[in-house]
Amino acid sequence: MAGRGEAGSRDAGVRSDCWISVELRDGGGLELTVASKVASMYGERIRAQIAAGCRTLGLEHARVEVDDQGAVPFVLDARLECAARRADPGLAGALLPELRPCCAAPAVRRRLRRSRLYLPGNQPKLFLNAGLHLPDGVILDLEDAVAPAEKDAARALVRNALRVVDFGAAERMVRINQGERGLEDLDWIVPHNPHVILVPKVEDPAQVRAVAARVAAIREQAKAAGEVFLMPIIESALGAWRAFEIAAADPSVIALAVGLEDYTADIGAPRTLEGRESFWARSQVVNGAVAAGVQPIDTVFSDVADEDGLRASCAEAKALGFVGKGCIHPRQIAVVHAAFAPTPDELAKAQRIVLAFEQAEAQGLGVVALGTKMIDAPVVKRAQGVLATALAAGLLPADWRGSGNEGVAR
Amino acid sequence: MTKLVENAAGRLVPAEINGHPAVPFQGVGRYRPQGRKAAPPIRSCADYPADGDKTAPDLKTALQRAGLRDGMTIGSHHHLRNGDLVANQVFKAAAELGVRDLRWVPSAAFPCHAPLLELLESGVIHHIEGSMNGPLGDYCSQGRMRGMGVLRSHGGRWQAIQDGELHLDIAVIAAPTADPFGNATGDRGPTACGLLGFALADSLYADHVIVVTDNLVPFPCIPWQIQGNNVDQVVVLDRIGDASKIVSGTTEITKSPDRLLIAELTARFCDEAGIVRDGFSFQAGAGGTALSFALFLRDIMRERGIKARFVRGGSTQYLVDMLEEGLTDYILDGQTFDLAGVRSMRENPGHVNTSPFTSYNWHGKGNFASLLDAVVLGATEVDVDFNANVVTHSDGRLLHGIGGWMNCLAGRCTILPVPSFRDRIPVLVDRVTTLCGPGELIDVVVTERGIAVNPLRQDLLGKLRGSSLPLRDIRDLKAEVEEIVGGPPAPPELGEKVVAAIKWVDGTVIDAVREVKG
Repeated sequence: MAGRGEAGSRDAGVRSDCWISVELRDGGGLELTVASKVASMYGERIRAQIAAGCRTLGLEHARVEVDDQGAVPFVLDARLECAARRADPGLAGALLPELRPCCAAPAVRRRLRRSRLYLPGNQPKLFLNAGLHLPDGVILDLEDAVAPAEKDAARALVRNALRVVDFGAAERMVRINQGERGLEDLDWIVPHNPHVILVPKVEDPAQVRAVAARVAAIREQAKAAGEVFLMPIIESALGAWRAFEIAAADPSVIALAVGLEDYTADIGAPRTLEGRESFWARSQVVNGAVAAGVQPIDTVFSDVADEDGLRASCAEAKALGFVGKGCIHPRQIAVVHAAFAPTPDELAKAQRIVLAFEQAEAQGLGVVALGTKMIDAPVVKRAQGVLATALAAGLLPADWRGSGNEGVAR
Repeated sequence: MTKLVENAAGRLVPAEINGHPAVPFQGVGRYRPQGRKAAPPIRSCADYPADGDKTAPDLKTALQRAGLRDGMTIGSHHHLRNGDLVANQVFKAAAELGVRDLRWVPSAAFPCHAPLLELLESGVIHHIEGSMNGPLGDYCSQGRMRGMGVLRSHGGRWQAIQDGELHLDIAVIAAPTADPFGNATGDRGPTACGLLGFALADSLYADHVIVVTDNLVPFPCIPWQIQGNNVDQVVVLDRIGDASKIVSGTTEITKSPDRLLIAELTARFCDEAGIVRDGFSFQAGAGGTALSFALFLRDIMRERGIKARFVRGGSTQYLVDMLEEGLTDYILDGQTFDLAGVRSMRENPGHVNTSPFTSYNWHGKGNFASLLDAVVLGATEVDVDFNANVVTHSDGRLLHGIGGWMNCLAGRCTILPVPSFRDRIPVLVDRVTTLCGPGELIDVVVTERGIAVNPLRQDLLGKLRGSSLPLRDIRDLKAEVEEIVGGPPAPPELGEKVVAAIKWVDGTVIDAVREVKG
């Protein structure tokens, strides 16, 4: 047996990551070389972990070289496994870290999805603190943010991250690749409690159903409890045209997102800040999603430095009917949450309506009135939605009914 | 082998430093020295040129005239920061004069001083008493320096000189502008750096004072930050510094989202703890996180219409903007970091020069640091008792100088905004590698994972009751970090040899730095 593989990076400036090379040999046992910037503190532990990893993977005779820039244990495991697989594509074992309790929370169908933070799937440094910025969701991205040659590395890393990284209350999402590669991604990801799978560039409900079927098969085999939801992303004219069918393709779909970079390229129009070229598609996604009973989610705003632009973009998205926006930088999250939060006027009005409704119900009245105005059921439903958002955003105390806090925004 | 004694902080420290007895740390505010301050020798103006022209032809001649000989102590300063071209030339001249065993006392050393390693090796320099980082820090950490290093805070350097504990034979003061009489200023000239406060003690207490400039102006040099009446000689060089490395055109705030989060939490903490109110004061350095903190604080002040009485810096564009916007009455400047700061100091009467004497000196009749409502500082390690380390890396190597850090602990609320770990290296530990700040003086640690308030500060905890800030027990934060990085770090492998002593603000020895193995 001979073969050599390496994984990770030893480029200057790399931090919280490592580079590992595995060279298979026919004899001579395991030869391990470890250089680490944290050698004096963790050198022994790194050696022990790598040696144990080699045993688990069945590497009896190999030269293993580690150049570590402060990678945490789950990263070391993922890099070692990836290097070993590259050395021996037939390798079967995996280095799965112990599932931590913080990673075991089940997926929830109905919840706030105002912000989702994209995390490039091959950059572990960005994973560790992502949850601290309090996004509604994190997206571990296996698709566009990962170079084609690193797809396998990202799979191992994202899988291990799903088992150990504490993303707080954020929904754990993974964006898979397109086509067959995306279906293979599912084999790596689905057994490790992702909450939502983002399916890119969907143009046909059959794509959604194929993902749903594979997810179901993997979960069946793993006898997994709970649910894994899907969020198809519409990124083409055809996809926009079939938005409703796609949103309604499978009961596991919980939201429909739009991606405008590819969409504008598809229709051959330049992407503008104003966004008139994508108005139809966005509106189509909103209507398709709502018609299918799922949440419509807007695209990302890509100028990290332009906070005012982001605010305006969110306000426009909210006005179109979207309930959330993608984020490519943690500092965008608070801006997005504030923009999707109800205004003080909206909040005060919603409180009055809900109180009037509850009072009418308690009195057994069939008709809800506020002052001299009759209130229809959809108005009550909307008001309840506004209050749910406000409660989740901390704009309203849980005991707002009794606290005399009507209309208090903070 | 150096005799070690246990001090009041439970640390083993040398009883003697380079042949002189040393006082172990006795606790915060306990030590009371007796006697009178040191003083320079009496001189007569009859021995100086009546026309006021004290210029010497070159550095070597000036050093000869100053009576430079083996074993003397030479003071220098870091106001030219990494652009300093003077200190290296002073010791090169000394080497050419065949002098040996000098003690170098810089207010701080920078990577630009790496060439002095050669002179430490060759015996021209015996040892350094001042901050040691980069290559000099490694040299000392490896136990290769002949004498024991001594690290002092900016205030501690003043205290040691003033108290006669540190006698300077010759002080060499790099001056961006000076006149032939020796009056000097740092706020103008091609190598303008702001102020010369770190050199003030040397000008008052050294036996012999040499001003070195590349911008000689006719008498009088106005303003005079250094008074010519204290100066023996003036030397003119082509260049005293590399302007691009002295002050930066712009100081950068951090772009790291995690650091921004820490800075934001720190500002919100100050607000919710009731620190941000009309007439308050704060100090924040020029590091990326501290600068961002100042910006978040500025936003809170604007929103609430609050004005500070004074801010202390490390002045930068950001503090200058606050001054010019009317968000503070004064900047009390201790060190100027960028061109905007230098300009403001020159032009704005509200931008005031200070020195380690006014701001930091423990053996004075008060100091400004203790008047600050909030100080925001960095640290390499903080332990579960809130003790902090600022000089060594967790592997034991000397990494930073103390700067004004120790002195600032006197502030009313000391806040350390630090990441809970860097790469895999925990910042929150069981016991700091080197003790620089006793936990009783450190009130709050702000990390990206939450805010730990020292249990000694029940008053702060009371004010924060019901707050939405992520308040955490420091031990819980530490446990969380260890879960991420895979357990506590192994202790550094240190030798027996003490390579440097850490002086507390009162001149007592608070800790010792050991030789690093391997």
